[in-house]
Order: sequence, then C-alpha cells, then structure tokens
Amino acid sequence: METAAYTKQFVIFRLENEEYGIDILRVKEIKEMMRITRVPKAAQFVCGVINLRGEVIPVINLRKKFNLSESEINSNTRIIIVSVDDITVGLIVDTSSEVLDISSEAIEDAPDGIGSVDQGYIYGIGKVGERIIILLDIVKIITNSAV
Amino acid sequence: MDMNQYLEIFIEESQEHLQGLNQSLLGLETNPKDMKILNEIFRVAHTLKGMAGTMGYNGVMNLTHQMENVLDAIRNGKVEVNTSIVDILFECLDYLENSVNVIANTGQEGNGNADALIASLNGILLKKPQDETKVSEALESSSIDTLKLNQYDENIVRKAVQQGMSAYKARVMLADGCMLKSARAFIVFQTVERYGEIFKSVPKVEDIEDEKFGNEFTIAIITKEPEALIKKELESISEIVEVKFEKIEVTAETEVSTVNDKQISDNKKAAAPVTDDKDNSDDSQGKKARMGKTVRVDIDRLDNLMNLVSELIIIKTRLEGVGADSKNQDMTEAVEYLERITTSLHDAVMKVRMVPIERVFNRFPRMVRDLSKDLSKDITLNMSGEETELDRTVIDEIGDPLIHLIRNAIDHGIEEKEERIRNNKSANGTVNLRAYQDGNSVVIEVEDDGKGIDVEKVKKKAIERGIISQKDANELDEKNAVELLFKPGFSTADKISDLSGRGVGLDVVKTKIESLNGIVEVENTKGKGSKFIIRLPLTLAIIQALLVTLGDEKYAIPLNVIRDINTIDASTIRNVHGQDVVLNRNSVLPIVRLGRMLDVDNVKSDESEELTAVVVKKGDKNAAFIVDNLIGQQEIVIKTLGKFLSGIKYIAGATILGDGQVALIVDTNSLI
Repeated sequence: METAAYTKQFVIFRLENEEYGIDILRVKEIKEMMRITRVPKAAQFVCGVINLRGEVIPVINLRKKFNLSESEINSNTRIIIVSVDDITVGLIVDTSSEVLDISSEAIEDAPDGIGSVDQGYIYGIGKVGERIIILLDIVKIITNSAV
Repeated sequence: MDMNQYLEIFIEESQEHLQGLNQSLLGLETNPKDMKILNEIFRVAHTLKGMAGTMGYNGVMNLTHQMENVLDAIRNGKVEVNTSIVDILFECLDYLENSVNVIANTGQEGNGNADALIASLNGILLKKPQDETKVSEALESSSIDTLKLNQYDENIVRKAVQQGMSAYKARVMLADGCMLKSARAFIVFQTVERYGEIFKSVPKVEDIEDEKFGNEFTIAIITKEPEALIKKELESISEIVEVKFEKIEVTAETEVSTVNDKQISDNKKAAAPVTDDKDNSDDSQGKKARMGKTVRVDIDRLDNLMNLVSELIIIKTRLEGVGADSKNQDMTEAVEYLERITTSLHDAVMKVRMVPIERVFNRFPRMVRDLSKDLSKDITLNMSGEETELDRTVIDEIGDPLIHLIRNAIDHGIEEKEERIRNNKSANGTVNLRAYQDGNSVVIEVEDDGKGIDVEKVKKKAIERGIISQKDANELDEKNAVELLFKPGFSTADKISDLSGRGVGLDVVKTKIESLNGIVEVENTKGKGSKFIIRLPLTLAIIQALLVTLGDEKYAIPLNVIRDINTIDASTIRNVHGQDVVLNRNSVLPIVRLGRMLDVDNVKSDESEELTAVVVKKGDKNAAFIVDNLIGQQEIVIKTLGKFLSGIKYIAGATILGDGQVALIVDTNSLI
C-alpha cells in the first residue's frame, strides 16, 4: 500500500466480546429490533424477513453466520440495514452505537484465525487507540449467503 | 451534444419499426405487388436510416441506405420481388435487429459486418443493367426535363395537391469550382426539407451524396410554401448560382396516358384495391392522431406508481380494521368510500400496465415461416386473440416459453409431408395460437394438428432416462404419462435437430410459467395432434388471498388456487403408500400438513380431532392443506422476497398485513 493514506468511516458494532466495523457507505440505516417473520426452509442464519417501510427485507443473524453462541435479544439489539448492489439485508448485532474514522494506515491485513469469523469475510484489522476492530467485507458475506 | 438521452428513444423506436418491418416483409412475401406494403417498408428503412444517422450508427445507416436503393428499384418496377429478395431483406432485418440489440446492451454499435448483406443487395440492383445506364444518362443530361415522374411520383403529387400543397421541380446550379458539391447539395436538401418534402431527385440522392453529378441537380418538391420563398432561401446558400423552379402539374389525363407499360399497369392493379380499402394518407393521419394521445413511460415509473397503490391498499385494509372496531358510522362510510376509490385506482393502474399480447405474437409468423422452410414442412400459423391484454411483466416473460411450445409443435408435433399424406391428412400442417381472457386469468393455447404425443414412447424414454421405473410406468394413465414431458432432462426427438431436442425443453417452460403463477396443461389425441394450454393470472401484483394461521404464524394462500374449504374428521384419514389421504366427493384427496411442511412450531391442528382443510387445486390435481385456523379473505399485495431469498422452497412471496407484519404466501404448486 504505497498510495497516500486516506480515511474511511466505519459503523462499529459488537458481537460477543469483539468489535466489528462495516464500511459506512454500505449501511442504509440502523433499526431497533423489530418483529421478524420466520421464513421456512431458509438457511439457519437467516432469521426471517422484516417490513421496512413497505419493503420486505431478509434479516441475517450474524452470530449464527459466524458460528457464535446465540444471545438473548434485548433493548440493545440492533438491525443494521446494509445494501450490496440490488440486495438489501438486515444484520442482527448485539449493539451498535458509533461511527469511527479509520485511516488506511491503521488497517492491517487479516491474520490467520481471528476468532471464529471466516478469514474470507474479513477485509482488514483496524486499530484505533487500544481498540482492535475487525473490519468485515460485507459484499462477500452477503453474496456468499444468498440462496 | 449528449446522445445518451436519445439512446433509449432510439432503441424503443427502432424496435418498434423493426417489428413493423417484420410484418410488412411477411406481407410482401405473400403479396409482392402490393404498393402499400412496399411503401411501408421503404418508409421504415428510411426512418431507420435517418435515426441511425443522427445517432452515428453508421453500420445500420449504410445497410438501410442500401435497402432503400433496392426497395426504390422495386417500387419503380426496375426489379421484381422474388423469394430470394425477400430472403435477403429478412437477413437485413435480422442484422438490424441484432445491431439494435447490441446498441441496447452496450450503447455502442457492434462490430458486426454488413458488407456481405450490402453486397447481396447490390447484387439485386446489378442484375438489372438498364438501371445503371439510366443513372449515367441522368448524369449526362442537364435539362430540367430529366426529372421524369413515374406513376408512383404522380400519385404523390396528386395527393399533395389534394391536401393543398404544390409540387415543383427545382434545378439547382452550383458555382463552377465548387469544392464540396455533396455538402452543398446536402444543405440544399436540408433547407428544402424545412419547407416541404423532396420526393425525387436526379441524379439519385445516393449519387449526389457520392458527388456523382456535374454542376447541377434537379429535385422534385412538394410544399405548402410559395416557390419564391424557397427559391430565395436556396439562392442564399453560398456557391449556389441559380435555382430554377417549375411547377409540376398532374392531371387525371396523365394518369391514363402513362399507362403504356406493363409494369405500371401491374402497379395500378395492386394499388387499386388499396385505395378502395383505405386511403393511404388517411391511414397515416389516423396513425398520427393515435400517436398524439400516447405517452411513453418508463416501466420503473409505473412500478413505482404500482408500489404506491399497493401501499394505499395496505393502509386501507388497516383502516377497515380500525373502522370496524370504532363502530363510528362516519368512519365506516369514509372507509367504504376509500375502498371504492382504491379499487378503481388499482384497476386504472393495472390497465396502464396492460399490454396486448400482440407484442409477443408478432414475432411468431416470421419464426414459423423460417422453421417451415428449414424443416421443409408446409405450416400455416393461425393466430387469434392478439388483442388480449396481460400485465407488462408477464408479457416480457411469456415469449420464450411460447417460442418453445411452437417450436415443439412444428418440430415434434407436425409430421413430415409424406407421412401426413399417408395418414390422409392435408400436406399442410396447422398450428393454432390462441389467447383469450377467462375470468381472472388469461389462457394461451398452442395447438397443432400433428401426430400427437406418443404416450408409450414417452414412457419408454422416461424409463431409459431413469425418470421413472418400469413398474411405475405401467401404472401411469395417459394423462400422467404426458406429464412426464415436463420432467427435467426429458426429450423425445429421435434426431437431435437444431430446433429442439437438446434436453432443455418443457421443464423450462413449466418452471417459467409456474414462476408467473400460471399453469400448463396438455390435451393430447394420438394421431390428431396435441394442445398445450397455459393459464396465467391477469395481474401479478395484487391478488385475493385466504389468510390462515399455523401455530403463531400467519400465511396467505392465493384464492384462485383454492377449490373449497372443508372440515375433516381426523379419524377418516387413511394412510395409503405412506401418504395420508382422505375420501372427499368420491375421490381420494392427499393430505398436506402445512404446519409440518413449513417447520412451524406449536401446530395445533396436529392434535385436534376436527381438521380445517383448504382444498387446493393444481391443474386437475387436488390436495387438502391442513391449517390451524382461517382468518379470512383479504386483498394482498405481493412482494418478492428479493434476490437474497429467491430460491426458497414452498414460498411464493410475501405480503404486508394491515398491522405492518409480514406474512408469507404459500406456493401451493410446489407442495402438491
């Protein structure tokens, strides 16, 4: 990476004890937990569909997608609505509260075996002060999950 | 200038023109002397040339230009229409269609090479050497009289005079040493066309473009403007020395006197019924009037409008609930009024989206013509109900399945000529394509009078392909055996032809139709022919549905697939070959426990003694779907589950209920 450093904004969310980031340009909005209609015969990480102002949007449970243990849904649970090309999906996360600027210089390539997340889904590791943030390649996650 | 904004218009209009060209060419083939058809073809070629030229698509322009030359020669009686000419024109059409498609996809003209076509078009012209000599004669002579009017031109003049216009010959003289003669001539043409129309020139336009003329040329003009004005305008162009005008007078006598040549009298014969039938100019005026009343709208905007109407219907349904709860008279009345308006609005928007099926049918005569030539079978295609309207989205999807069925009918259905004669049938095979509306659905039938489907052969093939076992095959009745045709990987063609028999066949048709919520059925009479019947819903966006509960979940079942609703005593259910069935109206009804199929938790109907059964039909098969409770009938708006969940089993889509909750629509076809 010899090009000049630039800064990207990431939406930060938590799953269990790790912090993750998604490129803010992919995020349409963040919703509180809402009623989900189960879709039979869908992949196990697909929770179902929600009504987002008249549009039916599938929702993925990221914990299940990343093979983490299931957690209680509480008042902190959020659905992050992301869109990739013409696919819009919701991602259920434990909590999400901030947006961080991360310089490209502070992003390192993903090392092998970071937690349980498939390495292919990781775009890089961002360092902000003492915090380590796993930056997800949301395009891969979604295109690999589609039925 | 940014051409992109015109690109879409160019593509749309070109496609429309090409469609028209296709029809006209078919007409020309059966009726080669019909001047009206010829003029129509000429007009289309000319328009295309103009449009392509403006957009800078030179390949299309060059080809249409050469087509024009040939058509002009035909029109002037220099060349006679024969099959090879029509074939070449069809090839040109194919090339043009292809070019327009490439342009539509890439915005650029492809690298396709029209040289061969242009050469064959040239070949047609060269077969008539006197054509060449005429041109050279025209080159040498310089009198204004060189411009001789033929029957066709005189007709134009006569029409023009009837409409209060006048016709002139104008002899334009360029300055000696004029450098860019064709450019000057072009300016002259442009200037004249501001005031009127040029219908003939000497030398021919293409020769002028190629600078194959001396220092002058003559054009014939029809215009409403006074000649002095045009003369003045023309003479103001630099390097134009002089313009001489001469009024063209055409009288009834000239019409008679020119009839001295066989070709012309032929033209007259052809022209006569046309004028009786419908006056040419009237026709074009009628067309214009109709065009003035239409607006071209992007389908996305219509979809958006449809979405908004859908939202309105959802909120209306919600208001109905509120109204019923509040027991307020005013509220109820207002909601009823709202209901009427939304229903009309929905109908109106639906109508806007409706397109006559003609759009799809249009391409079939040509296809059948080509196929029957390729296979050397004589086949007549009868079409009816082209005006039947279907939702635009269905129209876009239905083309391929129909092509498949028609190809099948021609390739597999209709026998070779000799075989037909042996079987006391007329040598000429017939394919009937019918469309009509039947209640809330549209039916399309593809019927052939061929040999029909050989059920035994179908069974044999299915066993060979491992689709069914010998034992199952023996038990199959004819109806079910025919259904085997729709199984993936099935093809009965003895020889694999270019047309069909590649193993991708009817299963694709079936899948497509079912994805449109339609069904396909076959009626088969051995030796007499077969009939494929496609039944499609009128609209895809809003349907009546029955809402049911399963455990804590709500599902919608489209009303059009429901035969009736019954209660079944759990004790009457029998198990036959591992399948739960119940006797209903003297027939055996398979039971589908919807809750289990859809993995619903806490299904109540599993334990109860009295079961609620929704009897659902699929073609002529029925099945009883066991549900927990019925909520009621409701108008629902179908939403797709999106690309992400597109392959999901048993679910056809989703809808949003009045309370904002999402309910899934059961795909009953996949469950039977």
